[in-house]
Order: sequence, then structure tokens, then C-alpha cells
Amino acid sequence: MSTAIKPKHQRLVLVLAALAALIAAALLAAWALRNQASYFYLPAEMATKPPAADRAVRLGGMVETGSLTTAPDGVTISFIVGDGKAKVPVMFTGITPDLFKEGSGVVAEGHRRADGTFVADNLLAKHDEKYVPREMQQMSNGEAHQKVEATK
Amino acid sequence: MGLAALWLAAALAALQLIGGFLSLRLPGNPLEPVVRPTAIVQAALVAVAFACLIAVFWRTDLSVALVAENSHSAKPLLYKIAGAWGNHEGSMLLWVTIMALAGGCVALLERRLPERTILATLAAQAFVSLGFYAFLLIASNPFARLDPAAPEGQGLNPLLQDPGLAFHPPTLYIGYVGLSVAFSFAVGALLTREVSPAFARAMRPWVLGAWIFLTLGITAGSYWAYYELGWGGWWFWDPVENASLMPWLAATALLHSVSVLASRNALRAWTVMLGVVAFAMSMIGTFLVRSGVLTSVHAFAVDPERGTFILALLTINIGAALTIFALRAGTVSEGERFAVVSRESALVFNNVMLTAILGIVLLGTLYPLLAEALGAQVSVGPPYFNPATAVFVLPMLVVMAIGPLLRWRRDQFARVRPVLILPLLVLIGVAIWLTIYGLHVLPLLGIALGTGLLMVALVPLRGRRLRTVTLPLWGMVVAHFGIGVALLGVACDSAFSTEKLVAARVGETVAVGPWLVRLSRIEPVAGPNWTALEATLAASYSGAAADELKPQARSFWTPVQQTNESAILTRWNGQLYTVLGEEADDGRWQLRLWWKPFVTLIWLGGMLVALGGALALLGRVASDWRRAIAAGKIVYRRQRQGRG
Repeated sequence: MSTAIKPKHQRLVLVLAALAALIAAALLAAWALRNQASYFYLPAEMATKPPAADRAVRLGGMVETGSLTTAPDGVTISFIVGDGKAKVPVMFTGITPDLFKEGSGVVAEGHRRADGTFVADNLLAKHDEKYVPREMQQMSNGEAHQKVEATK
Repeated sequence: MGLAALWLAAALAALQLIGGFLSLRLPGNPLEPVVRPTAIVQAALVAVAFACLIAVFWRTDLSVALVAENSHSAKPLLYKIAGAWGNHEGSMLLWVTIMALAGGCVALLERRLPERTILATLAAQAFVSLGFYAFLLIASNPFARLDPAAPEGQGLNPLLQDPGLAFHPPTLYIGYVGLSVAFSFAVGALLTREVSPAFARAMRPWVLGAWIFLTLGITAGSYWAYYELGWGGWWFWDPVENASLMPWLAATALLHSVSVLASRNALRAWTVMLGVVAFAMSMIGTFLVRSGVLTSVHAFAVDPERGTFILALLTINIGAALTIFALRAGTVSEGERFAVVSRESALVFNNVMLTAILGIVLLGTLYPLLAEALGAQVSVGPPYFNPATAVFVLPMLVVMAIGPLLRWRRDQFARVRPVLILPLLVLIGVAIWLTIYGLHVLPLLGIALGTGLLMVALVPLRGRRLRTVTLPLWGMVVAHFGIGVALLGVACDSAFSTEKLVAARVGETVAVGPWLVRLSRIEPVAGPNWTALEATLAASYSGAAADELKPQARSFWTPVQQTNESAILTRWNGQLYTVLGEEADDGRWQLRLWWKPFVTLIWLGGMLVALGGALALLGRVASDWRRAIAAGKIVYRRQRQGRG
């Protein structure tokens, strides 16, 4: 078998095989990215063009003052995230990040339920001046203050 | 003084570069003999500069801007010293230091290759170093002074104040920079058209060394993320984790193709290409972590200028290397042939799969950046990475099991079939047993394949007397066995973990898996630069005597930040992982408990893989050493005979 393959051909075959595998990988990656990348939404966007239920997305905004309640089990909380234009109710079960509080920014990772509630698997809060989720950081330049004002 | 040493070192690097390249064009020019000593002196100078930086951190000299920004006089000594490389400027200095030291070692030790190749290699090394010197001296001088001196430092991010993390970055950097040596060898070999088995043998110890450190660094980093971040996960596909994974994937591929080149003189151009790609991944990793384009627990310095600078360096180095590659690849002559069923083919398959995984991880990591440039904010997480990589990891592992059993050049699959039957039966048995158990596809495949791998990994030892097995073979067996162990750990963790999240009163008992955990008390404690609330948990495994765990919720005051310190109880068959949350309004405390059977196998596997690498390295270096001594003896004898 290999006696029939000339060296030049062997290299060609190898290159082609490698290319085929890499292209397959790239296609798979592109396909998976389209389906699995989670997009960032503001509450207003969530209201106007809601993502499909069960699709993983991120929701960023301000935790509305006075909206935070804890369920009787002690570990499930619900609150409202707003951006001054729209409000989205959010439910989260777990230990909240340390700087998560009313009137400050949050990014919630999770999905939107059919009834409009956002179920968060993970919360990212503003930790300190140096470590801020990227979406929050852009907001904090002036915009965030407006939003806090607006939600008061 | 540190700064002066740094300038001098940069000047020497320039000399090394010029000397090295001149010798390519004009053999025998006067600069040729200085190249090696220059590399060695340059290494010594940078080492002095780095020592100076450690010294100012040790003394907490607040007139140095970097110290004032990243350290604090109240910090424990270990973290003061670790603070020297826990920041951007310091870590860049660490990078060039390791790089210069590696260059010095090449200059001092490597005598097997033609002198021209070594000079070209050192020149390439100097070229890369010069970029980083320019970066340090122009854009991020670690020794910049503050006038007047700051009254007190700002402290180090408390998440990073952890003994494991003091050693994590240097370990990874050694790995990154070890790949820079492989890169320089590849460029040197291309420039002189000396892509030969000798070149592969000279490059192999560096690749192995870098790969061992990368493996250790990733394993340690994963364990750090696991116990420090308090989320119970061990891998988050965080961009910074990917930044360390990508060079590892490339290095793993390179390691295997180098061994084909060294022993069979095939895959020449491909190996050189991988050498370039591996270092490109190191630089991309550095760029991602240090430029602040990403948000993650690690990347907290945001400075576009630095990002641009690293990106420019990346483009220049890799662009130049790829150009040389494109110009010279055609002149790299054909390698030896091999058949479809042969060990070479298995290794080629391994390489292609690793490259495919690398591509997937790279795309997933960069996609959010690309999307943001187009105006959409996207994050890519486990739902993308897990299935997309599994598609390639699983076939690769199957071939990994079979490959070492095959002969070089040409083999019949029928020859190895009998050996594989037993593991295959076990694999199927485990799979059936687990299907009855009702598991998801991926964990099931993982556990079945892991068990099979453990057995097949040992097969190369079959029929050999254990005392005569060479160290490199032991290394391969141990490393492959380690992969199987880690795979089992991963699969068991995702298949059998149980989690409990509750709000409990003091005195209450919570059940998780086979454990009963009682919240005994909550009390305040204080450390050197933090205060904390500490819970005492009494945990008993299936009715056995209770052990105590003490998870904490810590508040640091420089800088002000809170962290959850998890407490972990390790048994031979898994870990109980506990985190203390906040106090609820009614006096209950949030507790998060996990029972993770066999999760420790993940890191044990990682350590085994690194150990395998270390054994192989030891074996190679030892045999090189013996050969060098033998050659020396022959020369010595000839000289004596000549005199006599």
C-alpha cells in the first residue's frame, strides 16, 4: 500500500486530511457559536425583542431599590432589574456576590422563562473599581448614574 | 540600579541579535564568538534587575510607584515577594528574566547543533526579547519612582493572596517562555535550513520542560479556582484559563511531532510550524491576560496602550516567523514515509485533533472580542466549549490508547487487536453498567473511556522487564495513565456530584450525599489583614465520627473586598466542599454544600501527566549527558594518543 504512495503524495494526503479536520472544527465551532454564545441584553431590549425561552443570555442593569425579597427557604431571592426604560423580574437561588445590593449594578446569567421572569444561574456584581464586568464598565461611565437616578 | 541593569541587558540583546544575524550572512565575522557570552551576560543582568524588584517589594519601598500600587506594609512577607510578579510590570520583567535565562542556558549548554543554527536561534531569541525590553523600558517601567513617596500602599487583590497563587504565575510563565526557546529553535533551523532529527533532539528537552510547567501551572490554577472562587467548579472556560490551555494544547502537539521528527525524521515542516504556533499561543495568552481586553477574575488592569503594544509585538514576531516559514517551507525536504497504520499516523491524528481543539478554544475565546468590535456583546461559555471540544477529545483519546502499541513505519492492526480486547470488554461492561445507572452521554463515555485508558496505558509495559524499561517510556506510560485518571475524575465529578443550598440555623443538620453536616456555631475571627465570620461545621460520613470544617466569609480592608473562603474535607473517595454565605434576615445562615466523589482524581491526573513529562525529560537529559561524556572521552583519548 504505502509502496504505491510517492512521498510527494503522502505529504499532500496529510495536508488534505489535516485541512479537512480543521475545516470541520471551524464549521462545528461556527455552528456551536451561533447556537450557544450568550448575548447581552438590557431590560429595554428584553422587553422589545425577548430571546427565546431557555436560550442562555445575560441581562445587565440596576437592581431597583426596594425590589429585593427573600423567599422563605432563605436562599432564593427575587428582585427587579431596570434600566430606566423597562423592568425585568429576576429570580436567583444561591449565595449572592458580596457587593450585590439594591441600587447597584448587576449582570445576571441565565434564561428568560415563558412567563417573562428571568431565572439567573449566576450573578456578577460590581466588585470594586478595578474588577467590573465589561458590560457594567461601559455603563458606569455616566450612563450608570443616570440609570440609578432613573430607577430611584 | 535595577533599571541600569535592564538597559544594559537590552543593549546586549541588541548585540546578540546583530551578531547572530551577521553570522548568517558573513560566516566568520568578528561578532560571531561574542554571541554566546553575550547571551549569558544578558541573562545575568536581567536576573540582577529582577532581584532588585524583589528587594524593593521585600522592603516595601513606597517611593517605587509599582510597590505603592500593589503592595502594603501589613501584608505577610510571602505575598510581599509574590507581589513583585502579581502585577503587570513585574510579570513582564519576570517574562524577560526567564527568557534571558533560557537563552543563557542554550548558549551555555547546547553544543550538538551546527554553530550557525545556534547563532540563528540565539538571534531569534534576542529579537523576541528586544521587543519585551522595549515594552518594559518605554511603556511599563517597573522601577518608576513616586515623588513624594506614598504614605501607604494600596494592597494586593485579596483573591490573589493565596500561597498557591504565589507560585502559579511563575510556573505558567516558565512554560510560556520555554516555548519561546522552541520558537527560536524553529526559526533558527528555518534560517539555516537545518530541520533535522538533531534539531528535534535539541529542541525536545525545552518543549518537554515548558510542557511540564504548563501542565503543573494549569493543574494548580484549576485547583486554585476550585477552592478559592467558591463556585464548586474546577474549570470555567474563562478566557484566562483558555489563555493557558491553548499553549498547552499546542505544546502537547509539538511534543508528539518532535518525537516523530527525532526518531523517524518525518513531519519536518509541520513540527517547525507547530513551534511557531505554540509560541504564538503563549503570546496571545499574554496579550489576553495583560491587555485588559477581557473581564475575568484575573484580568483587572485595563490599559489600552499596553494591549496595543503586546498586540504589535505579537504581530511582528509571529508575522516575521510565518513569513520566514512561508519562504522556507518549500526548501524543507521531504521526510521519511510511513503507512496508514503506523505509530506515525497515530501521532499525526493526535496532532490534527489537538490542533482542531486548539482552533475551537481559540475561536470561542476570541469570538466575544470580534463580536464586540461589530457592536454585539456576547459571552461564550461551557455550553459551547464542552460539546465542541468533546467531539475531538474522545476520538483523540481512543487513538491515544492504541497509538503507543503500534510500530513505527508500518504495522498491521491485527497485531495489536488481541491486546485491546480485554480493555474493550471492560469499557463496554462499564458502559452497560452505567447505562443501567442512568447517566448522561458525556459522563458515561468519560467514565467508560477513562477506565479503558487506565488499562491500555499500561499495555506498553507488557512483556518487558520493568527494570529495563527506559525512563522516556515510563514517562509516556505515566502521562497517558494520568490523562485516564483525570478523565475519570472529570466524568465522576459531572456524573455523581450532589449539591445542597440551604439557609440553616445554628444547631441544624443538613444532609448532602452520604454526609450529615451540622452547623455548630458562627463566630468572628481576625487575620493579618482581614476579619471574617467563621462557621464551624461538624460533618459525618455515613454515621462515622464527625470532622470539623471551618468555611469563612472574609472581609479584607486593603483594598476593601469580601471573599468566601471555602472549607474542604478530603476523603479517599471524594471531597466535601462547603461555603458560608450571608446571614438571612431571620438569623439563618446560607450554606452551600457539595459532595464530589473522586473529584481529586482530576488534579491527581494532572500531576501524573506532569510527572510523566518529568520522567521523560530526565531520561532524555540523562542519555544526552551520557552521550556527551562518552564523546568527550573519545576526544580525550584521541588527544592523548596524538600526543603519545
